[in-house]
Amino acid sequence: MKLISLKISHNNIIVLATLLLLFILYGSGAALYKGFFSMQVFLNLFIDNAYLIIVATGMAFVIIKGGIDLSVASVVALISMVSASLFQHGANALVVTIVALVIGTLFGAGQGYLIQRFQLHPWIVTLAGMFLARGISFLISTESIVISNSVYVKLSQYKIYLWGDHFITISVVIAIAVVIAALLIGRYSSFGRAVYAIGGSEKSAVLMGLPVARTTILVYTLSGLFSAIGGIVFTLYMLSGYSLHLMGMEMDAIASCVIGGILLTGGFGYLIGPTLGVLCTGIIQTIIMFQGTLSSWWTKITIGFLLFLFMAFQRIIVMRKEKNALPASKNKPKFENKVVNL
Amino acid sequence: MAGLTGLARSLSKQKIIWPILALAVLFLFNLIVIPDFFRMEWKDGHLFGNLIDILKNGSPLIIIAIGMTLVIAKEGIDISVGSVLAISGAIAVFMLDGYPLWLVILAGVFAGLLCGLWNGMLVAMIGIQPMVATLILLTIGRGIAQLITSGQVLTTNDRAYQFIGKGHLLGLPFPLFIAMAVFLLVYLFKTRTAFGLFLEAAGGNKTASSYAGIRPKVIFMTAYTITGICAGIAGIIISANVASADANNAGLWIELDAILAVVIGGTSMRGGRFYLGGTIFGALFIQSLTTTIYSLGVEPSSILLVKAVVVIIVCLIQSDLFRQSFKLVKKKVAA
Repeated sequence: MKLISLKISHNNIIVLATLLLLFILYGSGAALYKGFFSMQVFLNLFIDNAYLIIVATGMAFVIIKGGIDLSVASVVALISMVSASLFQHGANALVVTIVALVIGTLFGAGQGYLIQRFQLHPWIVTLAGMFLARGISFLISTESIVISNSVYVKLSQYKIYLWGDHFITISVVIAIAVVIAALLIGRYSSFGRAVYAIGGSEKSAVLMGLPVARTTILVYTLSGLFSAIGGIVFTLYMLSGYSLHLMGMEMDAIASCVIGGILLTGGFGYLIGPTLGVLCTGIIQTIIMFQGTLSSWWTKITIGFLLFLFMAFQRIIVMRKEKNALPASKNKPKFENKVVNL
Repeated sequence: MAGLTGLARSLSKQKIIWPILALAVLFLFNLIVIPDFFRMEWKDGHLFGNLIDILKNGSPLIIIAIGMTLVIAKEGIDISVGSVLAISGAIAVFMLDGYPLWLVILAGVFAGLLCGLWNGMLVAMIGIQPMVATLILLTIGRGIAQLITSGQVLTTNDRAYQFIGKGHLLGLPFPLFIAMAVFLLVYLFKTRTAFGLFLEAAGGNKTASSYAGIRPKVIFMTAYTITGICAGIAGIIISANVASADANNAGLWIELDAILAVVIGGTSMRGGRFYLGGTIFGALFIQSLTTTIYSLGVEPSSILLVKAVVVIIVCLIQSDLFRQSFKLVKKKVAA
């Protein structure tokens, strides 16, 4: 019976809160608008946000490790641009996909190497990476390029029917596969455990003999790879390459992680969180779309407000934890330090 | 020769030498490649030229970077400055229709102050991590600015308001004087009051500084509020310069440029010592880089690419580890 014991504890309360929010948002949408409570509306959440789910999951690894990756949105745009340009020159779909994956992986690995080897701040390195990826895609072309490759067009239009005429796309399958892979890596691999350990305390991780350097580089590599997969999915979704695609999406990915209960100080969070966070923001967008008269900026304000709510919530939980743990650890400055840094 | 290397070594320990060096190298490059770069003209009682352009267009960045230096000094960050800038610009241009100019400017700056207080409250009082706390305003801010402008680009014909961004004083662009005033005020605040010392102490080690009797919360609130005010001022300058308020695009990515300026200026993102002078040179370097690329006739779209490469190189040169590994290679070669 241990498997299904769902006790509400400090560890899962945030992710449960996200789930609850998801139900409330969806419920209120269903109550307010006719046709909101339909399978296809729900499935569309996944179809429209598949790329964001993948990218946010990659970002989650970096954040749990205690870093940040600002380059993800630019890498997605770069992938879309490279793919479109390669197709223009008559490349094969398989070749394009492999090239995209290689570019993303190398890009991430390069950033990880700079951060780890020279102890540069991840903010600066990934910021430069963001400029670099955008700059390269600008160099390829400043115009939008439409993709007409038959394989990509077919893949993008392929519908997988679930019940009756409700369908999902291949992108959703890829996204779900990626999230499951991430969950498995985070929970059952030594790499996953090292990521959590480093995020908790890098010094302790070094003392424990964990491969900190390798894990750091790998985390950014993984984020680059996930961005590349997200880029391929996004290219399938848009069927075009454009250097201005997804401006500012890295902040959406970070926000999804926060709403999904991943602490930005690192070391804590479930890898399913980003997916839930993306769904929450997706539902808000759908509600505003159904509402019809609300302008798009209300999306930003609502998401920002939700961010604030969740952060305050996380803070309350951490503070309660402090209170409970304080009597036992009064003589441990290490613990106090950690709390202060939050 | 030994004296020279000794001098070089002691100079390399001075943080401010790196941004100045970077700027000098850039100017040297310009001197060789673009002959007209340093030409200045006197037209209608104003100075014109690339250098003046750099100073004029760089002024908002300098002002924002000064504020950013303070928050980074306390191991914080403020990624909402671009949105704050958009809000204050939107409020100012919106209010120009019916209110006196002084009230408009005051309202714009006050909006920045409020935003700064909000950020400071989240970081210092509630204890949310700086990046996330300011992420909220980054997201909401542009929404609020759009709310004020109803999603449109507001324009203004007010000459007096436009003077703030476009005007000239003593032959020099007016924004430069604002930037100098902000720098002087913050510099005096840092050196003449205990604030600077407290900020460095609190940024270095919050726990230790609070044991020493410093109230880090108040210091952090002050730092964020000053940053907000700086962003408000920059918002007014930018909207006055283009005589319009664009909620979507005003100050887009300026937070990133400001952070780069601070880091190139030698202030560590891990908190502690901060260098206002270095930040000025960092901001000037970034603006000069942009102007250089424009005057080279290279496509403006490649600015990002060049910026990325230059930033990585400058940061690597600043990194002690990088210089050490370079020295090792040299020794090996010599052996």
